[in-house]
Amino acid sequence: MSLIFYLLAALTVAGALAAMLLKNTVHCALALTVAFAGLALLFLNLDAQFAGFAQILVYIGAVAILVVFAILLTRGSETPQGGVFSRSWLAGLTAAAAVFAVFAWAVAASAPRLPRAAAPATAATPASTVSPAPAVTVEQIGRALTGRYVLPLEIVAVLLTVALIGAVIVAMHEKVEAK
Amino acid sequence: MIARPLIETSDQVFVLLKEWLVGFLPASWQPAAGVVLCVAAIVGLFPVLFALTTVLERKGLGRIQNRIGPNRVGPLGLLQPLADGIKSLTKEDIVPASADRVVHFLAPLVLVVAVFMGFAVVPMGRNMVLVDVDAGLLFYFAMGTSTELAIFMAGWSSRNKYSLLGAMRAVAQMISYEVALLLSSVVVVMMAGSLSLTKIVAAQNQYTWGLPHWYIFTPWGLAGFLMYAIATTAETNRSPFDLPEGESELVAGYHTEYSGFKFALFFLGEYLAMFSISGLGATLFLGGWSAPFSFLTWIPSWIWFFSKLMLSIFVFIWLRGTLPRLRQDQLMNFAWKFVLPMTLLNLLVAALWRFLGEGWERWVFCTVILVVAYVVMGRMEMRREHFGPRSYRYAE
Amino acid sequence: MFGEGILKGLAETARNFFGSFVSPERLTTVEYPERRIAPFEAARVFPFLVYDGEDPLAGLRCVACQICEKECPPQCIFIVKSSDKKPDFVGKPQNYPVRFEIDISVCMSCQICVEVCPFDAIKMNTEFELSTGDRFGGLLLNLDQLVKPNEYYHRIHPAGAAEVDARLAGEKAKAEEKAKAAAEAARAAAEAAQAKAASEAAAANTTGEAGAAKTTEGVGAAKAAEETGVAKAATGEAEAKAASDAAKAAAEVASQKQPDQEGRR
Repeated sequence: MSLIFYLLAALTVAGALAAMLLKNTVHCALALTVAFAGLALLFLNLDAQFAGFAQILVYIGAVAILVVFAILLTRGSETPQGGVFSRSWLAGLTAAAAVFAVFAWAVAASAPRLPRAAAPATAATPASTVSPAPAVTVEQIGRALTGRYVLPLEIVAVLLTVALIGAVIVAMHEKVEAK
Repeated sequence: MIARPLIETSDQVFVLLKEWLVGFLPASWQPAAGVVLCVAAIVGLFPVLFALTTVLERKGLGRIQNRIGPNRVGPLGLLQPLADGIKSLTKEDIVPASADRVVHFLAPLVLVVAVFMGFAVVPMGRNMVLVDVDAGLLFYFAMGTSTELAIFMAGWSSRNKYSLLGAMRAVAQMISYEVALLLSSVVVVMMAGSLSLTKIVAAQNQYTWGLPHWYIFTPWGLAGFLMYAIATTAETNRSPFDLPEGESELVAGYHTEYSGFKFALFFLGEYLAMFSISGLGATLFLGGWSAPFSFLTWIPSWIWFFSKLMLSIFVFIWLRGTLPRLRQDQLMNFAWKFVLPMTLLNLLVAALWRFLGEGWERWVFCTVILVVAYVVMGRMEMRREHFGPRSYRYAE
Repeated sequence: MFGEGILKGLAETARNFFGSFVSPERLTTVEYPERRIAPFEAARVFPFLVYDGEDPLAGLRCVACQICEKECPPQCIFIVKSSDKKPDFVGKPQNYPVRFEIDISVCMSCQICVEVCPFDAIKMNTEFELSTGDRFGGLLLNLDQLVKPNEYYHRIHPAGAAEVDARLAGEKAKAEEKAKAAAEAARAAAEAAQAKAASEAAAANTTGEAGAAKTTEGVGAAKAAEETGVAKAATGEAEAKAASDAAKAAAEVASQKQPDQEGRR
């Protein structure tokens, strides 16, 4: 647990909190983008280059823009009248606590299976943890995707294609109706 | 030969300079200092190149349009960027009263930061890449997509209908052509076998009978390069795809509510994006810093890289002076109905190239497939257009 | 359809780019203010007043008829007519403008004043470097600033000035001819009147009233000749006037001779 990790974690949590607490919906979307960026930096801190850059490319480059377009094309860009806290906050808190408990249990249960940290920080690399995980190259990810995990890859591809076709059909439908 | 050390020195002159300068510092600071020095060099060099490009563009466009460009400030008008810089720094910074001040302020910053990050992975010469990332190309495109967010921020925070509309159009255009850009680069990744830009250049830095193995000299490489060039022109909002900018001349655009230095930052961001994406194109298709003929390798590698960069810039300026602006729907049609299918086909053709093995067959097959597809898709697009004598409807 | 249009366009602009360094027709810029385009015949900016000869006020063609003032669409001309008259180029007395002012911040260079002027007095100047620091008075040109000699008019509009000069010379010649003819007629009439008066004087020894009637006839004929001479020389010339003066003088002499003859009776 190094200083950089704490900083990045603080950034991510702050972004997520701001995404919940800000009044202006587009501000919330931008704060969510900061949270995504924090996640990407956490991945990069763990030397997972492909995951980090893919996180930036997909989440910040596509999902954030999608969220923003959705806010703009609907009426979400108006500030809510009644404040950001909903009336059924107890139910929400219970659900959030339950989900957090599940995740915490999963992470804690898998901790013994992670490779131990190697020798403590040497003089050559101050303030950074020596990464214990083996360096994963893009080639290895590619081989895994097309070898061992080819079925999930194909299912995801089919899912994406269905979504694309569905979007086109919905949009075309509206165009036909508009005519 | 005596010349060999001289050639190598001139090729590595900047690397040696950096090592000499960094050698003055204690050992534990040296890596960080080296990185800082390289970053300072990039941040110093490319804005100067941007200034030079603005005046060259104005003079080049002027000559194309039968007039002289700026020629009053300095010899041949070359100090014009100085005048432009002073002007943009001393202009009043106007922020609309109802604008979102924080987002309005951050938008040009995000743009410039995201664009500068892209320079980190482009190899500008032998051993002259700032960070040799294993997934370098992916990093570059990740930074490229962040610029779209900055444009949206600029358009939305101005609280101006025209700004928002211009920003939405710009983002839609950039997203559409981003897909084409990525797919046309994936071909290169496929053939080179790596996402690392230094490895891609190394794969092209070989010579057969004096000719280089640049990917542009292959059928799929040429098609990929053309798609890449089209997508690049659209990504950086250059003519003929400059509807977001053209709107700002005609009506408004995403940088309409920006004045003075913030506008200059947008301008800087756009030109720097042009530089880095041209640098990437040179790396992917034109062999990066490798020389065109094996007997020309004595010229330093960074000279070759920057020559290819300036050639790309010159082609951009040439295109701007030649072509009229595309309409939004023509732009989008072109992206989704022509460029995207061609890039997908290019992927298949590249795979075919790989698996047909060496020989003349793969040249013939690949070329024929690509040409036939181009002709067929061109004809399909034309039939859709219904060109004919114009029909008029008059009010009854 | 296959991009050959784009390639042709690119070739054309490349030809323009490289051609602009070698051929002047591909670089049509004139670097003002170091170099200027030669002025051409139909150039026009703001009006000016023409005068013939050396003295601007004596040779001024403008007779303050105020037609241009009435016809000017934005009404930027202001004229004050004089109360006295001075002779014009044919010698006829005409008014002249005491004040003639054009507000060039209002003038729209429509040239209507030039088209309607019957005296070819106001023409279009080509000078455009008229910037001044004085926003109000600096753009109001008065008579001293508006008068320019005929030689200047020839310099800026050679064809137009030549045509105007030819026309005015023609009119002057016609007026001179008329005046000469009038003088001839007057002189002939005066001589006829004299001869008649002489014969009448001989006959007046018998009837004095008939002689007086005939001499008055002669004087009346000489007067009529003089009037037609003046009427024919419409724009007037000094010589025609002098001729008619001479005719008048001759008639006076002729009529003066009668009382002498009558007196001698």
